[in-house]
Amino acid sequence: MSEYKIYGINGPVVTVKGKTDLQMTETVYVGEKKLIGEVIGLSDEYTTIQVYEETAGLTPGESVFSSHSPMSVTLGPGILGNIFDGIERPLNIIKEISGAFIEKGINIPAISETKKWQVNVLLHKGDLVFGGEILASCPETDSITHKALVPPNIQGTVTKAAPDGEYTVTDTIAEVTDKDGKIHELKLAQRWPIRMSRPVRERLPLSKPLITGQRVIDAVFPIAKGGAAAIPGGFGTGKTMTQHQLAKWCDADIIIYVGCGERGNEMTQVLNEFSELKDPRTGKSLLSRTVLIANTSNMPVAAREASIYTGITLAEYYRDMGYHTAIMADSTSRWAEALREISGRLEEIPADEGFPAYLPSRLSEFYERSGYFKNLNGTEGSVTIIGAVSPQGADFSEPVTQNTKRFTRCFWALDKSLAYARHYPAINWTTSYSEYTGDLSDWYNENVGPEFTACRDRLTSILSEETNLMEIVKLIGADVLPDDQKLIIEIARVIRVGFLQQNAFHSDDTFVPAEKQLKMMQAILHLYDRSQEIIARQIPISKITATGLFERLIKMKYDIPNKNPEMFDDLNGDVDAAINAILR
Amino acid sequence: MKIEYTKICEINGSLIVIDGVESPVYEEIAHFFLDSGEIRTGRVVKIDGKKVTLQVFEGTKGMSAFNTRTVFTGESMSLPLSPEILGRVFDGLGRPKDGFGEVYPEEKRDVNGAPINPVSREYPKNYIRTGISSIDALATLIRGQKLPIFSGSGMKHNELAVQIVRQSAIADSDDFAIVFAAMGVKNDVASYFRSQFASSNVMNRVVMFLNLANDPITERIMTPKCALTAAEYLAFKLGKHVLVVMTDMTSYAEALREYSSTKGEIPSRKGFPGYLYSDLASIYERAGMINGKKGSVTQIPILTMPNDDITHPIPDLTGYITEGQIVLDRGLDSKGIYPPVSVLPSLSRLMKDGIGEGFTREDHPALANQLLASYAKVHDARALSSVIGEDELSPSDKALLKFGKEFEDKFIRQSFTECRSIEETLDLGWSLLSSLPDSELDRTDEKILKKYCKK
Repeated sequence: MSEYKIYGINGPVVTVKGKTDLQMTETVYVGEKKLIGEVIGLSDEYTTIQVYEETAGLTPGESVFSSHSPMSVTLGPGILGNIFDGIERPLNIIKEISGAFIEKGINIPAISETKKWQVNVLLHKGDLVFGGEILASCPETDSITHKALVPPNIQGTVTKAAPDGEYTVTDTIAEVTDKDGKIHELKLAQRWPIRMSRPVRERLPLSKPLITGQRVIDAVFPIAKGGAAAIPGGFGTGKTMTQHQLAKWCDADIIIYVGCGERGNEMTQVLNEFSELKDPRTGKSLLSRTVLIANTSNMPVAAREASIYTGITLAEYYRDMGYHTAIMADSTSRWAEALREISGRLEEIPADEGFPAYLPSRLSEFYERSGYFKNLNGTEGSVTIIGAVSPQGADFSEPVTQNTKRFTRCFWALDKSLAYARHYPAINWTTSYSEYTGDLSDWYNENVGPEFTACRDRLTSILSEETNLMEIVKLIGADVLPDDQKLIIEIARVIRVGFLQQNAFHSDDTFVPAEKQLKMMQAILHLYDRSQEIIARQIPISKITATGLFERLIKMKYDIPNKNPEMFDDLNGDVDAAINAILR
Repeated sequence: MKIEYTKICEINGSLIVIDGVESPVYEEIAHFFLDSGEIRTGRVVKIDGKKVTLQVFEGTKGMSAFNTRTVFTGESMSLPLSPEILGRVFDGLGRPKDGFGEVYPEEKRDVNGAPINPVSREYPKNYIRTGISSIDALATLIRGQKLPIFSGSGMKHNELAVQIVRQSAIADSDDFAIVFAAMGVKNDVASYFRSQFASSNVMNRVVMFLNLANDPITERIMTPKCALTAAEYLAFKLGKHVLVVMTDMTSYAEALREYSSTKGEIPSRKGFPGYLYSDLASIYERAGMINGKKGSVTQIPILTMPNDDITHPIPDLTGYITEGQIVLDRGLDSKGIYPPVSVLPSLSRLMKDGIGEGFTREDHPALANQLLASYAKVHDARALSSVIGEDELSPSDKALLKFGKEFEDKFIRQSFTECRSIEETLDLGWSLLSSLPDSELDRTDEKILKKYCKK
């Protein structure tokens, strides 16, 4: 281990004078307390290091130790259900060591090295193995089986394989001799540098949706498994709430929730809620498929920059096992601000609003790690990224939102005025879009119902007609409109309040299966079609309003339980009866 | 024997540079002995080999290259603490200002604090009844929350803060304390708070940290840190429920900007430093509760929005960190409505888990939702009536207009001394809603409507 001396200190940035053999992005340990840092700049005169912990108390002349390896995380069983800081240190162990407040300089293994796992070894002596192949499996939590993988850069012949049994993550499970005769010990756990994406065999087209149970997302602005979405919104518009809903209900196998520069209480809430809630598909605790990464806004800023990469690396690791993973990053703006802060300390020339010029390339690198892949071992898996963006002053023209928009194909714009009226999720239907709609329509039509896409298109066109009509209404009032236009406004209200708006605190409405979403759309359109018959006969719309049908449809999300879709037939029957009574 | 450095190489604003320093420690405190006999304090903010940049809390007025001797202490800034701090008045750096002498410390704490481990946090759930309808019903304050008041110059934020403190904390047991931090406020504002605390007989439970408008700005940067260190001590060591009132966060952020620009840092929006978010977070995130400990820190920061602009970086970044906000509205204020709480942008993020059955009353969430949804429509109806005239409005829009007026007059408006119970507030809300036609009440369950909304 080489050793150097600290020369300068400025916030989280530490410099070492003179030429060193340190490499870019290498992990270093700074000072007596061995604070973890990373090399971010090299020149003839100085080596620049960003430190992932508070630097107060450091003195020039203290040692800097090199590690000869880039910033990496440990991948292995024991990750799920855990909560880590931005550089994968387990927060509940830190709590045992330092109490309620986080002290600095705590270096502990990310996952328990003493816990024994019930391992089923899948390799045999004499097997020819390639990187990425499944080495062994063990039950990690009550719903997920962990598959230990051969590190991607190793291939050769198995010369030794342990029998099935109980092993820790540091026990050797197998030995592989490569073509140069070098022996590699394979364990349950491996290390991987966070800034490098894990290799795959090939990228597959996106054709399956990530079902979230949120109507405005699944039906109107769907996201594909392996896609990337952005949720921009000012404060109080419900970004975090939307992220929580997605983390709870989406049909990914593994959820990585990165709280990046957000509130401490929110992380506590996720931790509490997820351990109590049950996964609707497996019936097991939601926490057993979730990993939390917490770098709250008062934790060191450099680790905030790393937390996003730590999260995506964990997601890729589970993808390699053949799982569908989803990563929620809340919020990517804080990550961009961390970049800006470090960039400012390095006195780099700023581009837009003080952000460094490499902001777009960093964002694109991150979002491009999403996708639906064929893995090295032949399994298929995906990484879906859902990034919240917190634009300053809710102004979507700022650099982070604009650049994110370029690299994501799904844009769920949260709207202040909807949030003020307590319309949640406050996803604005005129400014949001999803480019996956076309790619996914076949799946919806085949798996949910052949009319799904057609219904959605009619719904959105009614909404856009309403938007146009509201321009007129704002000027002259709704009373002067002809009845057919009044009907559009009424139906659009039913769509907005009865369909798009969804109650996260209602036991049934918090997650709605795609089948019920289709039935709801059909019921609304059925009422619309039948009402048009009435209008065509010059009967005033007030007759329909008087029946209370509009109100009844608005409340159908509560009145019809998720498990009783047949009740929609009764509802449609009642609509027919009421309309026929008017027509008669 | 400590080394004294007798030469200063550079003086720029509140920053000085000393060369040739042997093993300086980042963020350590230094004392400056001026020839005039004055002693000042500073902090190491940048180290470049032996060249050290220090920030002088009292400012550099009167300092020259040769008239000052500097001594480094090797320690970071800490605050002497003991139960005796209750009832005392300190300056922005935690030095006694009331003439009763130094605090005999039971312990000394680093003012920078340390982040609370999210695993150790207790999720706040107990609501604090403030007796103010607009807050209790629509943006409920929760113990351990950070809920700022976004105001503008000339509006009654100080009165509102005093009313919240008086009606909530005092009604509770002995286990409460108030920490008051003044940053760059005028002398009369500080004395207003002092006289209000005195007239409610709580002065012996208040700790005041005062950095007034004419005090040095570098001291202002330390004021909230000192105040929160005291608050954490009272809450997590002595087990008290601490309410921290900080005013005015705008002056704090501007002080930070001034300091940052003298340091020559690259500015981001409106000249504020790029780390304003992290810096504000290191203050606000010190609110909360810890599992296994009795006390709590609840923060009510007050900030005046420059030009009433909520998108200005200070309120904007604050809103992203705090758990909601209470926004005051110039329009309501000029109509003479007190407290001028603009209920639509006001929000309490922790409210959803702290209200309803078992906390306040089962109908509370439904009522809050319905009141806000209906009041949002009032704004549309008002906009329309200003174009086509009130007479041309549809009956439901007319009903909305009437509801809007009554809501502002009866629900939001209340006197400075009026303390409404939660039942009174909720019943009042339903009685206002009962004037609306049924089709407008689309956010509520039939059951709740029948039980509470009596027509």
